Amino acid sequence: MADAAFTQGAETADRGRLWVVLYLATTGLVLLLMMLAGLWMRLAQSGWLDTDPALFYQLMTVHGTGMVGIAALGGAAVLWHFLSAHIRLHAWVMGANFWLFLIGVVAILAADFPGRFGGAWTFLYPLPASSQGVWPVWAAALHLGGLLVIGVGFLIWCLELARGIIATYGGLGRGLGWHVLFGGSTKDVPPPTVVAATMVAIVTILALIAGATVLVMSLINLAFPSVELNPLLAKNLIYFFGHTFINATIYMGVIAVYELLPRITGRPWKTTKVFLAGWTLSTTMVLIIFPHHLLMDFAMPVWAMAIGQVFSYVNSFPVLVVTGLGALAILHRSGIRWDLVSTLLLISVFGWMAGVIPAVVDATVAVNSVMHNTLWVPGHFHFYLLLGLLPMIFAFMIHLVRVEDVTPRGGDLAAILYLLFGLTFVTMFLVGGWASVPRRWAEHLPEWQIWDQIAVITAAGVITLTTVFVAMFLARTPAMLAKG
Amino acid sequence: MSIQTVSALLSLVAILLLAAVFLRVRSLAHEGREYAPVQGNAYRIRNIGFWILVLVGLPITIWLFRETPYTAQAAAPQVINATGYQWYWDLDRDEVAAGTPVEFHVTSADVNHGFGIYDADGTLVAQTQAMPGYVNRLTHVFDAPGTYQILCLEYCGLVHHNMIAEILVTEGSTDG
Repeated sequence: MADAAFTQGAETADRGRLWVVLYLATTGLVLLLMMLAGLWMRLAQSGWLDTDPALFYQLMTVHGTGMVGIAALGGAAVLWHFLSAHIRLHAWVMGANFWLFLIGVVAILAADFPGRFGGAWTFLYPLPASSQGVWPVWAAALHLGGLLVIGVGFLIWCLELARGIIATYGGLGRGLGWHVLFGGSTKDVPPPTVVAATMVAIVTILALIAGATVLVMSLINLAFPSVELNPLLAKNLIYFFGHTFINATIYMGVIAVYELLPRITGRPWKTTKVFLAGWTLSTTMVLIIFPHHLLMDFAMPVWAMAIGQVFSYVNSFPVLVVTGLGALAILHRSGIRWDLVSTLLLISVFGWMAGVIPAVVDATVAVNSVMHNTLWVPGHFHFYLLLGLLPMIFAFMIHLVRVEDVTPRGGDLAAILYLLFGLTFVTMFLVGGWASVPRRWAEHLPEWQIWDQIAVITAAGVITLTTVFVAMFLARTPAMLAKG
Repeated sequence: MSIQTVSALLSLVAILLLAAVFLRVRSLAHEGREYAPVQGNAYRIRNIGFWILVLVGLPITIWLFRETPYTAQAAAPQVINATGYQWYWDLDRDEVAAGTPVEFHVTSADVNHGFGIYDADGTLVAQTQAMPGYVNRLTHVFDAPGTYQILCLEYCGLVHHNMIAEILVTEGSTDG
């Protein structure tokens, strides 16, 4: 057994740290704005705030696109910070990605508000070109162009990860530890952070190429409507991109768990063969299970649907038995006193593992037939993003800026309240799915609105606590930077 | 019990069990013990959990794939051709009989739509996507007479939430 204990301790101290801080600050501020957009949508559905459906769908488009964007930005900050301690990376890439991200955001905001584009993050062909006059073609082109610019930025960023891993470890296979897993080597065992970063680089590069392909195809269609696309091919490319990219963000964020729990408990997170096998399995599964988004497209080949169902289930193994159980084992009877960072990390692992459960249930064709595109779907992805990814990012933010000597221990009440509000919030989505409420409806029937109203109240709680975490980070950042 | 209720209950039980494990770990974390025996127990639990997932869960999910809506039943006596438009459904008939299969031929004339069949209680009973250039064949047997609604389940633009049609399901036979 390869048993390379990786005792954490090193952190990046180069110029990349400034970019990491800027990424996190941007993530925090945009996150709050996107949460407010989400709150507005739930208020509209609850009947408490009269909203023009056109505005609702514009908000929906900005909320969905923006949340995916900041999930990637926040996850990138976590990954870069810890990977820089193992691999020499070029800080200018962080800068290039950041500026391209901002250019893309400005383009998307201009397209979605003055331009009234409301084609959802999915921009399913041919909707961008066919709005019945609700938005002009230039707005659709600007939105898709903005997405393309953001995608190019992240592609450059991922290529830099891949370059750094290859330069240091000799190949992406070695970054995943295949020389240990299959060759029995005990040399150059990659630490968990490198394994996770390698997986992220591989799957995200492929996802972004697919996304860029369908974006360029859609832009050509907007410019030359006679050049038509195959809508099923476009849908496959969009869901391959979207599914893989959003999953990659949580694989970026989980590095905070791998790095911080050992520091908190004094117990190392070991790179074992089981760990490596789990990550290799995840790398493969994430790339092939996206057809579970197309289970109701009967024109798809049946074998693809079988992969969508069966391998979605198999994909839960690494999460449940490697990362989840590994985190619990490190914490169990470790002698720690709970504080804000450790509680946020515990919540994040719970949120990720628990969020997998309704996802796997919905990936079963018999269930998908009566749950697909109901509120069950936002229920499961809000579960693992709101209670999985975000607590990882919040824990990392607080970890960066806290001064151990003066930060009081036991101050984890905010994290517990965040969990309670967040759990209730996502449960209202799941209850809506159980009650067959369609997703992406600007107006809800009166009998559905009680769950929307509870969601509004709990969303306000989630936003308040998110403001607390972001404010803690922003308020202490100048002192942290001054300290160096 | 509906599929929705079974799914929700299974999810709830699994999440509560998981929450119980996390709460136990949280409550015992203050006890400082040697890591090696804790880790040994964790590895044992991991191995048991892994084999349960493989030996119990995997056959179940494969078994559940035996019934899919992808293979249209032979010679359904009742057929409805349904086409989605922004933002209405065009059905070539809107009355069928309960108890015998109905085959829906579903397509779209413009963008992607979702063809969701809701019973009189507002419960989703079947669906398929409506996509331009493709005809999806969905076979469904209406168990009970009543007024069923077709709701759009794929976002299709400004009036997506008002894209609703009705089908009257009667008792007895209706000519296909």
